[in-house]
Amino acid sequence: MRSYLDFEKPVAELEAKVEELRAVSARGGAVSIGEELTKLEAKAAKALADLYKDLTPWQKTLVARHPQRPRFLDFVQGLVTDFTPLAGDRKFGEDQAIVGGLGRFRGAPVCVIGQEKGTDTKSRLAHNFGMARPEGYRKAVRLMDLADRFDMPVLCLVDTAGAFPGVDAEERGQAEAIARSTDASLALGVANVAVVLGEGGSGGAVAIASCNRVLMLEHAIYTVASPEASASILWRDSGRAQDAATSMKITAPDLRKFGIIDSIVPEPVGGAHRDPQAAIDAVGAAIASAFESLAGMSRDQLRAARADKFLAMGRKVL
Amino acid sequence: MNWISNVVPPKIRSILKRESPDNLWVKCPESGELVFHKDLEANLWVVPGSGYHMRMPAEARLKALFDGGHYETLATPEVPLDPLKFRDVKRYTDRLKEYRARTGVADAVRLTAGKLDGMNVVVALQDFDFLGGSLGMAAGEAIISGMMAAKERKTPFIIFTASGGARMQEGMFSLMQMPRTTVAVQRLRAAKLPYIVVLTNPTTGGVTASYAMLGDIHIAEPGAVIGFAGARVIEQTIREKLPDGFQRAEYLVEHGMVDMVVARRDMRDTLARIVALLTNQSARSQAA
Repeated sequence: MRSYLDFEKPVAELEAKVEELRAVSARGGAVSIGEELTKLEAKAAKALADLYKDLTPWQKTLVARHPQRPRFLDFVQGLVTDFTPLAGDRKFGEDQAIVGGLGRFRGAPVCVIGQEKGTDTKSRLAHNFGMARPEGYRKAVRLMDLADRFDMPVLCLVDTAGAFPGVDAEERGQAEAIARSTDASLALGVANVAVVLGEGGSGGAVAIASCNRVLMLEHAIYTVASPEASASILWRDSGRAQDAATSMKITAPDLRKFGIIDSIVPEPVGGAHRDPQAAIDAVGAAIASAFESLAGMSRDQLRAARADKFLAMGRKVL
Repeated sequence: MNWISNVVPPKIRSILKRESPDNLWVKCPESGELVFHKDLEANLWVVPGSGYHMRMPAEARLKALFDGGHYETLATPEVPLDPLKFRDVKRYTDRLKEYRARTGVADAVRLTAGKLDGMNVVVALQDFDFLGGSLGMAAGEAIISGMMAAKERKTPFIIFTASGGARMQEGMFSLMQMPRTTVAVQRLRAAKLPYIVVLTNPTTGGVTASYAMLGDIHIAEPGAVIGFAGARVIEQTIREKLPDGFQRAEYLVEHGMVDMVVARRDMRDTLARIVALLTNQSARSQAA
């Protein structure tokens, strides 16, 4: 069952009609139905393409959070062979909000780290909806150190509303854990590439997205605070989330223009959830070319180029 | 309000107001105790009875820190203003103008250099009175520039943090100050120069989750709120009352995130002693 977002209603209606006609024609209806079906299918496809050509920042936010959008584990399954998840921060516990491990990307060993939001109630709870506690970030640091020692590039797939805001997380030093993870990302002597798959939520995202290359899926968002939180801070009214989404410039094209991200990975028409395989393939190709662009650089060059990239940010604004 | 305000013309009224006891007495937010303004100032803005550490004006803090109250103000780099052309209830540029006029400084971070018990130090001070000490491009750039100044001068770097977190009006440019300042911390570290963070009330959000938690030494002022997520956000998430003393300086020491809580009257001596130890200098002899 496809689930539609509110703004997709016109498309949903057209597609429902297409389904109806298909059912009739399958029962052996008149020839004329076939013709009409073709026309209607084309109309529905065009409506979808038109709608997704100009999504507003708020609509993108909804797409980025779509329940059927491919998740971290879908991308890992589609892009990484021999995936071997590794657990635990060796200090306190194991946090499944951040999943990480070793595997092969296009044949070469790689360390993969990212937030997994889960796909159903049970897995969402197990992964805490992709909101990590300090253990998650400390595991990320541990895996980055491992990758650094074994000369393995690091791939970070970002999809989180933010780091978990809870008493236990604060108690165990959420702020310090995030700071150290950013620190570790920036200190790596191996290449690292981040892809914002859905939501890039604030410090919880930047902790693993301080990379040589930062990519974003076309309809992903990357925010200093969620549109809801921003609205409640700026207007004291979380109901103005749509305004916040627009004025805070959270979309891939805006952030590309600002030089905050390096490139945009196009999504299939109608968003990644319409055709997850196509989205996964596109991300795979983009990751491969990002790593290729960093090939041949020494450890010092990788570190220096990464630091310089971040230092240059905002020094010149368009 | 009393009968005088009703009969006296407005101009004279404003003179009267300045003289009115309301401004001369400050109420302790914790104990409710009333303290005479001058007494509070003389006591480094610590309420004598309760020991409550009130917000200390930036200049007073710097004067209390450096030898003889003398310090050099270092220039903070200019940055592009208002990259998002932002407006909430007000235009961001208007808001900036307003705060600049009110505080007399360009943004939330002041950079200074001077002597601490005879030892050279570079000191950055985040001013909560400037838009909640929020971390935007100007503040981030000032911190980076301060760390680089310390590196050039081969001196320790001390920062007094106070911030509600990100400068929302600068969007992702604000968030990028987390990795940007972290790069500067790494350069300071590579140069083997001490980096001391003094966490003052409040230090939260992206500031805590970057340079404020990456110091070689973390010192907190008594009672300071220090954390990542805001208390209100946490309460809404867990729908429970927060434990007593949650996210206070003392709580952070207990949970291993801060080295020590230091009262304001001991801050200068503590900083001098640590700087002397880390740089193998003898503070007192040079001060003489």
